[in-house]
Amino acid sequence: MAEVSIRKIVKKYDDVLAVRGIDLDIRDHEFVVLVGPSGCGKTTTLRMIAGLEDITDGEILIGHDVVNDVPPKDRDIAMVFQNYALYPHMTVHENMSFGLRLKKFPKAEINARVEEAARILDISELLDRKPKQLSGGQRQRVAMGRAIVRNPKVFLFDEPLSNLDAKLRVQMRIEIKKVHQKVRTTTVYVTHDQVEAMTLADRVVVMSNGVIEQVGTPAELYHSPKTRFVAGFIGSPAMNFVPCRLEPNGQSLSLRLDNDIVLPVPSERASRYLPHAGNGKLELGIRPEHLTEARSEMQPGVVPLNAKLDVTEPMGMETYVYFDLAGAPACGRVSPNAGARDGEMLPMAVDLNNMHLIDATSGRVL
Amino acid sequence: MTTTANPTMAPSRPRYGSMQRERLWALRWSYFFLILFVIFFLTPPIYMLITSLKTSHEISSLRNPWWVYNPTLENYVELITSPHFQTFFINSALVSIFVVSATMLIAVPAAFALSRMKFWGSATLATGVFLTYLVPETLLFIPLFKMMAVFNELTGIQLINKWWVNLILYPTLTVPFCTWIMIGYFASIPKELDEAAIIDGATWMQTLTRIFIPVALPGLIAATIFSFTVSWAQFLYPLAFTTSTDQLVLPVGIITTLIKGDVFNWGQIMTGALLGAAPPLIIYAFLMDYYIAGLTAGATKG
Repeated sequence: MAEVSIRKIVKKYDDVLAVRGIDLDIRDHEFVVLVGPSGCGKTTTLRMIAGLEDITDGEILIGHDVVNDVPPKDRDIAMVFQNYALYPHMTVHENMSFGLRLKKFPKAEINARVEEAARILDISELLDRKPKQLSGGQRQRVAMGRAIVRNPKVFLFDEPLSNLDAKLRVQMRIEIKKVHQKVRTTTVYVTHDQVEAMTLADRVVVMSNGVIEQVGTPAELYHSPKTRFVAGFIGSPAMNFVPCRLEPNGQSLSLRLDNDIVLPVPSERASRYLPHAGNGKLELGIRPEHLTEARSEMQPGVVPLNAKLDVTEPMGMETYVYFDLAGAPACGRVSPNAGARDGEMLPMAVDLNNMHLIDATSGRVL
Repeated sequence: MTTTANPTMAPSRPRYGSMQRERLWALRWSYFFLILFVIFFLTPPIYMLITSLKTSHEISSLRNPWWVYNPTLENYVELITSPHFQTFFINSALVSIFVVSATMLIAVPAAFALSRMKFWGSATLATGVFLTYLVPETLLFIPLFKMMAVFNELTGIQLINKWWVNLILYPTLTVPFCTWIMIGYFASIPKELDEAAIIDGATWMQTLTRIFIPVALPGLIAATIFSFTVSWAQFLYPLAFTTSTDQLVLPVGIITTLIKGDVFNWGQIMTGALLGAAPPLIIYAFLMDYYIAGLTAGATKG
């Protein structure tokens, strides 16, 4: 087990920059998830760590050694692929032991390791089967087993759950977390699914367009995004963005969404936002759970708002409501008992204690 | 009970355009053309079989040529016990075995390199391999003959009129085609499979021998069958390059020794052709199952 350091790595395909000089330090035993939309460079980064792609510029260190020119087999890593990549002509046991057999491990040790991994993954009964006799979830377990038996310094996962159906994905997510709790191997996990990122990671790395937007714990990313991209990418349903203007209002500040809607900025935020007063190119970022039905007793910082609902989506424990907020589409989360109906008015409230103010020009969260 | 709820009262299916009816017609047409096809292609071998069971006297008589009146195995006995025929058969077998082995030893690694180890010019080279195959042997044998003559002048080594010269000649036909087949087959193997092997610690050679060859076995067998068929049935090269009776392969041997001037020994020619066709038939019968089996199932999703 080891830490992984990425120093200013760049990947260029012909004239296209896929990764534009990223820095990242992954601690020993840590579970780090690289997340971002397709084409953001996350898989390329993972493949560079694996040694499957050449590094155009920069350095990658595993442990304390620069591995830029070390072939994949000598990097002591194991990788789980999106489509499992099991060897179709080998049994599960042979698949899992292939790496150890190539390294000429003693037979007893190979068997012990395979049986241990099979026990961890609950696939002991499948060891004599061929991949085509397995279900998708079982194949995924075998692919993980193949990684575990090697006892590598680093696990690399390349979107391992995207081929599974929704229910199995949730189940395997928990399995992966359990496995990590047991083996504690440093893990780099790539996904485009922010829910997977949030639920699995010790730290999440949000990437976009070949650069890292933000690195942080799931809670940090959710509550204190640094950029509009992270704010919009993390969280489901996504954060609402409403163009606004910050206006001084005597001692305090207010947000003007349009001619009718003016929201007072909570006093503890006023000093932070004061330098931006008068800026007309701002966006109010507010998560759906902070756009709820109005309650009889309003907390300080919670402002009432009337909304004409376009669409309501009852989810059971809550209802998503979609409406127009000062010309921008907005989504709120209300109680199923709030009486939200398609096309009707609903008294709502916006909790500005949890607001984000974004500079629309730079995309930074202020 | 209402009439609509009663299944026996439900309206009958439309007679025209239903799936079942279309399927039935498709099947009838398929059988019709398949039977035509079978008749067309099986007539020559059946005629060969009939003729091989006749004496020369009966062949030249004016009776119904599609019937054997006095069946005899005379042609078979004569041919099998003839030392010439045995030599031809052994030459053919040796040439085919060596050519098939050499072809696979060259084509499989070549295809692996061209399809997987991306290097400068690999794509152009792959196309080049295919273009080589497009040059017909009827054009190739003259320059090849000249090359052998020049080689003889320079080194004093006589290549022409030796049975093993075919080992140099046939691969010009088999290697490009087999390489091309194998490139296609290897291309169908997901890239992640070799990446997984490489991460597992396999060298390129181990990836080829332990992953690619077993997974691409149906393709490998197709290529083997092809190169065997070409080697076994090759006529033009051995006709041009070998002349002594003890150096001939089966197809050329049968023609040159059983046709004397304008006398055609039809019974033995047909017998020789039938016996010559037997080895490929036996090989097909054994390998067909492998050839059809899809071994890649279950490698990845699906």
